[in-house]
Amino acid sequence: MNNFLFEFILRLGDDNLILGHRLSEWCGHGPYLEEDIALTNIALDHIGQASAWLKLAGNAEGKNRSEDDLAYKRIEREFVNLQLVEQPNTDFAYTIIRQLFFDVYQLYLYDELTKSSNEEVAALSAKSLKEIKYHVRHAKEWALRLGDGTKESNRRAQIAVNDLWRYTHEMFVTDDVVEALIKERAAPDLASIKIKWEEMISQIFNEAKLFIPENEPPIILNSRKGVHSENLGHILAELQFLPRTYPDANW
Amino acid sequence: MREVQLIKQFEERINNGESIEPKDWMPEKYRKQLIRMMSQHAHSEIVGMLPEGNWITRAPNLRRKLALLAKVQDEAGHGLYIYSATETLGVDRSDLIEQLLTGKAKYSSIFNYPTLSWADIGVIGWLVDGAAIVNQTMLAKGSFGPYSRAMIRICKEENFHKKQGFEIVATLAKGTPEQKEMVQDAVNRWWWPSLMMFGPHDSDSPNSEDLMKWKVKLNSNDELRQRFVDLTIPQAKAVGLTVPDPDLKYNEETGHWEFGEINWEEFWNVVKGNGLMNKDRLRARNKAHEEGAWVREAARAYAEKRETAN
Amino acid sequence: MSEGILWEVFTQSKNGAPFTHAGSLHAADEEMALQNARDVYTRRGEAVNIWVVKSEEIVASSPGESGPFFDPGNDKAYRHPQFYKVPKGVRGI
Repeated sequence: MNNFLFEFILRLGDDNLILGHRLSEWCGHGPYLEEDIALTNIALDHIGQASAWLKLAGNAEGKNRSEDDLAYKRIEREFVNLQLVEQPNTDFAYTIIRQLFFDVYQLYLYDELTKSSNEEVAALSAKSLKEIKYHVRHAKEWALRLGDGTKESNRRAQIAVNDLWRYTHEMFVTDDVVEALIKERAAPDLASIKIKWEEMISQIFNEAKLFIPENEPPIILNSRKGVHSENLGHILAELQFLPRTYPDANW
Repeated sequence: MREVQLIKQFEERINNGESIEPKDWMPEKYRKQLIRMMSQHAHSEIVGMLPEGNWITRAPNLRRKLALLAKVQDEAGHGLYIYSATETLGVDRSDLIEQLLTGKAKYSSIFNYPTLSWADIGVIGWLVDGAAIVNQTMLAKGSFGPYSRAMIRICKEENFHKKQGFEIVATLAKGTPEQKEMVQDAVNRWWWPSLMMFGPHDSDSPNSEDLMKWKVKLNSNDELRQRFVDLTIPQAKAVGLTVPDPDLKYNEETGHWEFGEINWEEFWNVVKGNGLMNKDRLRARNKAHEEGAWVREAARAYAEKRETAN
Repeated sequence: MSEGILWEVFTQSKNGAPFTHAGSLHAADEEMALQNARDVYTRRGEAVNIWVVKSEEIVASSPGESGPFFDPGNDKAYRHPQFYKVPKGVRGI
């Protein structure tokens, strides 16, 4: 059980860490000052959550690895975040659509996790949920503005939807890790979350004049088992550069 | 009322320590100087996000990453506060930003130096924010209400900036030999540019006299620079770092640290746009602005549609 | 106008406290103004509630009139409790 718990929590941590990393790339480059500040706030929330989850993961593993050890000293194949969160910012529309897909997933997942039989998971989910609700509001309001703003913004948002849709299936894949946690009533059935997710996304898209792509062939995704897009290696090269270059140093 | 009389009343108010509010009568020159100085200050906050932002994705642990991200974000906030305060004088933020993007407006030259190592992040927090705090503590007592109120808020928030910088410096200074070398190298590169932040000697500062008469500034450039050096040298000593100035010595009689002559040729050269990063900084700001245009446009179009629908 | 409409932000530091002016910002509409106010002016948990109002809709007294506008309030002692005498020994008035 312990190993499954570790792996499950690690997924929660890695999703937040990599998404926070992507969002932090916006800092200083936002479309205008107020939005620059808003994007950074969300980046801070994700990195903060990552830090807390990775700490919990380290405890669950029981090998004395700190949150920093887990963030900075694992190789690419050991990361278990979704491919969705490692996709590049590309433009503001990509960023918002990526956030929307992830935020709504996180909202329903964490909402269920607050009822987890594992008290620490439940408590941290409840704490994170407050931030997540704001993230959903931010992403949703922007999706509406981009979708129903100008022709150009609608075009960009729709391209982002078309390109990123394929990465969303992976959020709901139930494997041995998830199954083990469901058995312990430590995690929810992801299929039920998928239904809620699809409902909210279609509702928002409806209002935003955006369309879910049809005939999108399912692609093979296995990032929960450490197989990633080429993006992750570059993210880690930056993220881990200092501790890797100076392995004996304290910072 | 005649202009001469108005000026007299205005200066009396200033001398009584009253605060001038945007709608109060003020000499045109006061207004112009404030707009120039405040917008430069706001631009500096915004451009200042870039050199430190350069290390956000490479911060060496999660705690440092959170602190740096929050700090750079604060700078965006501070830019915003100061732009807002400037707008009370009847100018539009988009015009001010336009002046920055076209290179018409100046910003602090310190941000035209590159950040080459993680130690630079510590040293910027310590020296550059340290110098800024000396300056802003004075500006918080200035005569123009919106500016001094913005400064009070900013000084409060910046308290942690300098501390997080010094914490990084102190950690590196007692770290591995490589880390010590890294931090000493950073101090060597940032020391003189930090002293230049206070601007030219008072005798070469064309705007100083008016600004001081009207209490926009309460101290001269040289006074503030001296205050900064006196404050900083003991801090450097405490962590075993040196500053690259062979002429530095303590004067027992005056109680001040005497320091060597600043390389003014370098100063004016960077001001004129020949710093290592001048072009990169402006290019980055222009890129963000241009790539954000369709986003701002979309937000406005959506708002207008909703307005007509209601 | 490329930066959006100017809004004034008022924050309430805790439940029951008065709203005070925090500063201003630019945003295209109310929702964005509210969100941005939250991100810009409550980064350190400074507020439990926010008001945003378009700057152009604020009506302000003019500084030139401050004498005639406010001085008359200064000599109305009967508006203050100290104006009135209460017989000795009487409490709770």
